[in-house]
Amino acid sequence: MSTMLRINRDKCGYCGTCVAVCPEDALELIDAYLSLERECIACGICARACPLGALEVVHEE
Amino acid sequence: MKNNYDILVIGGGPAGALAAKTAADAGNSVCLIEKRPAIGTPVRCAEGIGKELLKEFIKPDPRWIAADIERARIISPNGTAISLEQDKAGNEVGYVLDRKIFDRELVWQAAEAGADVIVKTRATAPIMENGAVRGAKVLSVGTPADIRAEVVIAADGTEAQFARRAGLDTVVPLREMMSCAQYLMTDIDIDAGSTDFYLGNEIAPEGYLWVFPKGDRTANVGIGISGRKSRDGSRAKDYLDRFVAKNFPNGKTIEAIAGGVPVCRPLACTVADGLMVAGDAARVVDPITGGGIGNAMLTGRLAAQVASECIAAGNCSKEALMPYDAGWRASKMGTILERNYKVKEYFVTLDDAKLNTLAESIAQSSLKEFSVLALIKELITRNPKMLLELKALRDTLS
Ligand code: SF4
Ligand code: SF4
Repeated sequence: MSTMLRINRDKCGYCGTCVAVCPEDALELIDAYLSLERECIACGICARACPLGALEVVHEE
Repeated sequence: MKNNYDILVIGGGPAGALAAKTAADAGNSVCLIEKRPAIGTPVRCAEGIGKELLKEFIKPDPRWIAADIERARIISPNGTAISLEQDKAGNEVGYVLDRKIFDRELVWQAAEAGADVIVKTRATAPIMENGAVRGAKVLSVGTPADIRAEVVIAADGTEAQFARRAGLDTVVPLREMMSCAQYLMTDIDIDAGSTDFYLGNEIAPEGYLWVFPKGDRTANVGIGISGRKSRDGSRAKDYLDRFVAKNFPNGKTIEAIAGGVPVCRPLACTVADGLMVAGDAARVVDPITGGGIGNAMLTGRLAAQVASECIAAGNCSKEALMPYDAGWRASKMGTILERNYKVKEYFVTLDDAKLNTLAESIAQSSLKEFSVLALIKELITRNPKMLLELKALRDTLS
């Protein structure tokens, strides 16, 4: 089973809040979209901070 | 694209714009890059600023002032309002700006002073040599390039990734990140001369909800809650939607934005070899009000002043740039940041009952001054029986 971060681009308001709390510097706000650019440890901190609920740590079989 | 400048500024918000203008005025070659395709958008701000603070940097202009504010009201969980009136207080209240136009004006002034401005250009990493920042690797409309500079001023806002990649710790702890959402609403019944702040753990846990007018029937209606209180079903947007459904059911939302406001202490150090950090990226947002525009302009300007001297003297080491860090810390802003941080740490411990008691104790007071300090003093004077309770608050004054 693996865990990963899912970005819901339809919900995201590209505000950068998640970027600033990520301990791994994994996220990048590029222009008008958010992108997972580097290694993510699926800690879920960014998903907590998101004002709009656009991030989710999902578990996959 | 030119590849060599005295000063490279990253970010086209108020901190970056003031840095670029100041640096260009001092005769430096300056480049300001902005990752977005347009300066000023999208807005991620409640747009309020104190009049006196604003006037230190720019002459107020009706083109970017959306509302002139005469009073502020702080509304406790049970509806008790503390009202601060401009005509009773000795100082002026504030403006609500139109950031889209305001930010453009500031960057326009930087360009006018001689700075190059390049949009849709993102710094991906610092150029590091012997541990010193010597410029930035950028992606400009998709094309990679190197821009070298004697000093880089990182004014890249909440994300603060440039300084982070140069080795500074800019990560904001979850509990000190205000998770914010805001609607620009129209066709709503408001007091167009008053900025309203709603407090309470049901309304905005460890934060506040604001209604900042931008016209007779138009306002920024927004909220910030602590990141640690944010979870599915109780995110900033959920609290805001509940407030709006109750208070402005027939209002129309013409813009919906989100944002993160860091209310932690400032960075441990805001300079490194060849690097200075200004504005929200330096974490110099007022931890009580969440206001960051004035402090951004102040740190941006000061950074450029110190950078100019260092470039002239041929030494841009961390040590040489240090007067910037020491300078803002010793300024009035630095003192207020430290005090308001402690005040915030006290206020987040209060439950709704306490908030009500405190609000009721000073609801009838007419404050002589319009400031957090005046409010605290009044709270302490009016609550002699809560001496122990308020000790933490009193200690913030010393
Ligand atoms: S915090 Fe949420 S809304 Fe903001 S950029 Fe990240 S995912 Fe998007
Ligand atoms: S889950 Fe953790 S590591 Fe992954 S992007 Fe979010 S904050 Fe960063």
